[in-house]
Amino acid sequence: MAFREYKIGARLFGLALGGSMMITLYMPSLNIVEVASTETGLRKGLSYGRVGGFSVEDPFLQGEGKPKTVMLSQDPSTGQAIEPVYAYVYEAGTPFTSSIRHPRILGAGVKDLSLEQGRIGEANQASGAVFVVAEGSWNGESVSYIENATATRNWSPDAVLSAAGDANTRYIGSGKIMFVREGCWWCHTLLPEETQDWQVFGVPPRLGDYNSESPTAFGSDRKAPDLLHVGSRNSSREWMMMHFFNPRLVQPHSIMPRYDYLWGDNDAAGNRIDFVQWRNEYNAYVSGARVYPPEVPEPAADSEARYLIDFVLSLK
Amino acid sequence: MLKYLFARNEDIPHGTSAVYFGISSIMWFVIGTGLGSFNAAKLAFPDFVTGSELFSFGHMRQVHVMAVIFGWISMAFAMAMMYITPALGNTRLWSEKLGVWNCFLWNFGLSLALTLLWAGMSSGREYSDFPWFIDLVILFGIVAPLGLNVWMTVLKRRTQGIYTTNWFFLAGTFMVFIVLLVGNTPEYFQLTGLTEAYLTWWFAHNVLGLWITPVAAAIAYYTIPKITGNPLYSHRIGHLHFWSVVVFYSTPAAHHLMSAPLPEWLKSFASVEGVLILVPAIAFVSNLLLTMTGKWHYFVDNVETKFTITGVLLAIPLNMQGGFQQTRAINWYIHGTGWIVAHAHLALLGFSTFLEGAAVYYGLQTILRRKLYSLALANFHFWFLLIGFSIYWISMTIAGLIQGAGKIYEVPYIDVVIAEHPYMIARWVGGTMVFTGNCVWLYNMWMTARAGTVIPAGRLPHELAYER
Ligand code: HEC
Ligand code: HEM
Repeated sequence: MAFREYKIGARLFGLALGGSMMITLYMPSLNIVEVASTETGLRKGLSYGRVGGFSVEDPFLQGEGKPKTVMLSQDPSTGQAIEPVYAYVYEAGTPFTSSIRHPRILGAGVKDLSLEQGRIGEANQASGAVFVVAEGSWNGESVSYIENATATRNWSPDAVLSAAGDANTRYIGSGKIMFVREGCWWCHTLLPEETQDWQVFGVPPRLGDYNSESPTAFGSDRKAPDLLHVGSRNSSREWMMMHFFNPRLVQPHSIMPRYDYLWGDNDAAGNRIDFVQWRNEYNAYVSGARVYPPEVPEPAADSEARYLIDFVLSLK
Repeated sequence: MLKYLFARNEDIPHGTSAVYFGISSIMWFVIGTGLGSFNAAKLAFPDFVTGSELFSFGHMRQVHVMAVIFGWISMAFAMAMMYITPALGNTRLWSEKLGVWNCFLWNFGLSLALTLLWAGMSSGREYSDFPWFIDLVILFGIVAPLGLNVWMTVLKRRTQGIYTTNWFFLAGTFMVFIVLLVGNTPEYFQLTGLTEAYLTWWFAHNVLGLWITPVAAAIAYYTIPKITGNPLYSHRIGHLHFWSVVVFYSTPAAHHLMSAPLPEWLKSFASVEGVLILVPAIAFVSNLLLTMTGKWHYFVDNVETKFTITGVLLAIPLNMQGGFQQTRAINWYIHGTGWIVAHAHLALLGFSTFLEGAAVYYGLQTILRRKLYSLALANFHFWFLLIGFSIYWISMTIAGLIQGAGKIYEVPYIDVVIAEHPYMIARWVGGTMVFTGNCVWLYNMWMTARAGTVIPAGRLPHELAYER
């Protein structure tokens, strides 16, 4: 071999690189697999669905193949009133989030409860399922786990969706896709820092807050407020709507881009949106020729703007 | 180019693939910095080009980053490998045909990948934004053939030892393969949560540390001794550099996530290893500056030396920043601010780009056997790059410090945005200077190929006087 002179070098090289991988990949993974999912982690994973970026079911990131999150205040199979609960509806064929398919990543305890009491092992992707987050106890500690309501309460995806109605349905999973596709994370982070962000942006995330989320899209450079808890600072749909259509309507100094193209062609009433006219009127307003800015059209129920707003407001 | 794709290997002139890679890299440099300048304009003036999804900042930003990293930097590396590796082994490139195909597939694949990314097809992971099927194409269609060619050329060399530059080339092509393979596992296997977050940054860190930094340094190990005629100051220090890169640069990935909920031991470990990156940095810089002994006039007279030494000098602030900004004591202040963007450009647009620039300048002249068309234009390019970069770096560093202060004193965010505005404009001006300089460079290299003075056999390009 032409590396005769480099026998020692080549071996040392293998050793050095192997050692570094051992320390930086294998050892951290031992710690990370032990992390048990928190309630936040469970809810995120369930509402985002399988993958938040490119995937085979949604190659162009249109928000397809994602679960819906609904607020239920009535039991869809018995019709009785219940304590309001969030149900995560996977219609037939919607890919399950990773933690349902590989319960191991939920971490000890959460996994056992979800399998034994929550019966998530019985969920079937082809026929769809509805999940809720339940409270249980494991080794004397109270732990949140995933319950397969299709098995335990006989809730079918269709029944849950029609019991809740569109007004109580949130497209959080599809909205996360919009967040990734539109590159919101190049300006906003989803990671309040442990050192000094508590006051303004809220509690930093905990170890178990991400167990079934992918990608996590923390963001690395921040040119705008952190969004991890933005829904608790500002829960106004109206404000979000105006702000996404044109941020300068509510914040004249903002450098955030306009996202009016997420509205699609028609507004909520089905009328065609005339963007050219809107811009002309807005320019007139900016130059002082009009007193009020033009009205922002209401986004249609299946518009990308609606998905995105649903996602942003879910960040509590 | 198409002509050679189907020619027999023996019929392809020596150096063809290096020339193709060289010209392609300059074109990507022009495209990439043009995109950068466009993005900078959007951050300064948010209503500059609106109403279209494709031209929104979120879609364009990463296309710039991927175009400069995989188009400009990596293709300039490929060009350097295609002519330096055989030159140092006193042999020909193992397969010129593979090289030509490599360049063709690379251009084609990268254009496709960037178009898809631009359209929004992203994995949502910074620096590994391409979806997994594209990662696989990059791995087996681009990186593997490049590595194969370099490795085989070294195996078939006609010299006894292997020179420093080639150690780095060999190790770099091997390590980047491993890094791409392992770093993208979250996409192949849909890993989630902290594993995904950590692997994303493991990839981002290592692709810079085990590919861009060492390969860029390897270029300087070639150009300086070659042009000045001085032997490398110390082979031993070269060893120290090489081994400390492998050991210290491959371990601090977690320092990118200092405020994320990762295991604490991992963050502390990363941060200590991160300071140790100063070892290879000091070894590299001192070795090359000492090699210049007695030949410093080249720094003024000779364009390639000017580029190389500027790159080497920029490695000093780069590594001082890098080593210290990732310790807990400093990171909390500047994490996630424009400071980091400034640092990223100091590494890629400062340090590494100047070294690659030297390789492309020198390589194209050597292989084409033509003297550089115009010294004046080359100097124009150099100064526009350096001044443009400096404006960029200074303005973003200040913007970053403002953001850091805003973060600590809990200033309403919008006031930070307002305070940063002048610096955003300055960054755009600086970046546009870089872009302008590159357009001039493309012209200069094009004219060199067509109208540069022919270099007589047995002479080296830098031995001839400039004519314009
Ligand atoms: C060019 C950078 C940039 C991009 C890209 C961007 N934003 Fe913003 N965003 C800002 C800035 C700056 C502010 C603060 C000023 C303001 O309120 O507009 C902001 C504010 C916000 C707020 C209000 C935050 C608060 O604390 O009240 C929300 C919500 C928001 N953005 C969501 C998004 C979403 C969702 C996207 C992606 C579709 C996005 N942003 C893309 C820069 C950006
Ligand atoms: C070879 C030259 C260049 C390289 C290698 C390069 C590389 C990069 C990298 C790695 C990033 C990501 C930074 C981060 O996430 O911290 C980035 C972002 C960026 N670059 Fe460049 N760049 C180059 C030239 C330019 C030029 C000439 C401009 C023009 C102004 C420019 C403008 C930008 C902008 C605006 C961003 C986005 C920063 C942000 O999101 O805050 N770049 N570039």
